[in-house]
Amino acid sequence: MTVAVTVRGAVKTYGPHRVLDEVDFTARAGEVTAIIGPSGSGKSTLLRAINHLEPLDSGFVTVHGELIGVRIHRGRLRELSERAILRQRSHIGFVFQSLNLFPHLSVVENVIEAPIVTQGVPKREAIARAKELLAKVGLSDKVDAYPRQLSGGQQQRVAIARALALEPKLILFDEPTSALDPELVGEVLTVIRDLAAAGTTMVVVTHEIGFAREVADHVVFLDAGRVVEEGPPSEVLYTPSHERTREFLGKLV
Amino acid sequence: MTSSPPKPPPETELAKPVQETTDELVEKLASRKVVPLRHPWRWAAAAVALVLLAQAAHALVTNDAFQWDAFGYWFFRPVVLEGLLLTLQLTGLAAVFGLIGGIALALMRLSRNPVLRSVAWGYIWLFRSIPLIVLLLFLANVTALYHTLSLGIPFGPSFVEFSANDLLSFYFVAVLGLSLNEAAYAAEVVRSGIISVDQTQLEAAAALGLPKSRQYRRIILPQATRAIIPAYANQLIGLLKGTSVVYITSLLELFGVVQSQASVNSGQIIPLLMVGTIWYIVLTSVLSVIQYYLERYFSRGALRILPLTPFQRFLRAAGVAR
Repeated sequence: MTVAVTVRGAVKTYGPHRVLDEVDFTARAGEVTAIIGPSGSGKSTLLRAINHLEPLDSGFVTVHGELIGVRIHRGRLRELSERAILRQRSHIGFVFQSLNLFPHLSVVENVIEAPIVTQGVPKREAIARAKELLAKVGLSDKVDAYPRQLSGGQQQRVAIARALALEPKLILFDEPTSALDPELVGEVLTVIRDLAAAGTTMVVVTHEIGFAREVADHVVFLDAGRVVEEGPPSEVLYTPSHERTREFLGKLV
Repeated sequence: MTSSPPKPPPETELAKPVQETTDELVEKLASRKVVPLRHPWRWAAAAVALVLLAQAAHALVTNDAFQWDAFGYWFFRPVVLEGLLLTLQLTGLAAVFGLIGGIALALMRLSRNPVLRSVAWGYIWLFRSIPLIVLLLFLANVTALYHTLSLGIPFGPSFVEFSANDLLSFYFVAVLGLSLNEAAYAAEVVRSGIISVDQTQLEAAAALGLPKSRQYRRIILPQATRAIIPAYANQLIGLLKGTSVVYITSLLELFGVVQSQASVNSGQIIPLLMVGTIWYIVLTSVLSVIQYYLERYFSRGALRILPLTPFQRFLRAAGVAR
């Protein structure tokens, strides 16, 4: 299996607080990697660092072998131009924790915006493709609706379709179900499960341990900005070797 | 309008019969429509308001001092219409330049560059501090400060030179003064709209790789506009009426015409002021209607269901449309 995401020595501080403390992390291509851990453990920060929404203080990220957000210049890492970073991001899908679709644009307009602007896809083609994607997430009948007319689960599925529209090699999910009530969680997880079955590379920050157990190929447990342990779900979730992991999982059950 | 203060629930007349109930009576009550609470004081208050309105209208129409025949004579006089046209021109130009300047200043104030931020803050501080009338007089007398204006490299050689006298016609002074003033206020209106949009929208746009300019044009500004419109409409109406200040530069816009005609037609000041007043009311009403429809347009997506326009409601009530 080839490596899709590599994070090496990631450090991020907010004032005196070290959110990421020399994190090493890899996600393999075609796999679902779940990042779990208590609130404030740095999960979201790590995920956001992968597409440079959160610039690192030191350390680096590569996606499919390409450095993200920085380049090597005279033996140092230098931040790329805004434009170059935006170009890199257009190959990495990101689905947010909160439901932040663009409320003034219809569902289909939300989905076609990025392909048209960043990839120069002709509008007609983009619309056709958007409709296919919306059908895939079960929202064929909501193409012309506005986000506020949809339920939370439907909105999050549109957000996934919006991320998929860029045909990303990698999709990052930041607690995709945390804003949803339990009944709607299922809808979203089904879509993610389908993507996993199709071999999409995904990194998912999640509180849904059940989901991680079922869908993830690899689980990373983060605490206080450090990777405590990682491995296949059968090990990390069922027979954790580390005391802190046991404690965390014990609280959930 | 005032309505009656909330009363304790009326003594229920149903209580008694229900107590001594038969099954039949219960059955009957269950199938009866409930009589809604009456509001006699609302009707009384409405009647009082209507009587007062009628009195005011009567006073306006029957008092000879208003000289309605003179009003009719002046209302469409070419000299008045010329003034009206000038008012519209000044308002339109100052609104356009003011808004362009305001958007630029708002973006500067929100920029991460501390120099741009301070410059924008300073501009807004300065032009909000100077009364419009003082600013206009300053500009009208700017030849006392600078004799020539030139276009060229800052502090270096200049390519073109103008005599300040030629350039600063009163018309130009008025548009310039109004625009400078307007930009300072518009900047704050625009900025308030932009900061009212959730910052995660920018993040979502950035995550999709949309270029910065596109993030603002397509994602932030349309949403900000919804918050901007009511405040900016206020601003625009203020500007429309504010143009009357330029009469001190002896430019005859609507108010200037009214004022100058009143000084040569003795005894007609009241009808002339009414002419001005009614025209300002007409223009403000047009702006208010435009505001209504713009607000409606920009609330796409913000409301689940758009309310009907008054016109649609009228059609529906008249039975023309469903």
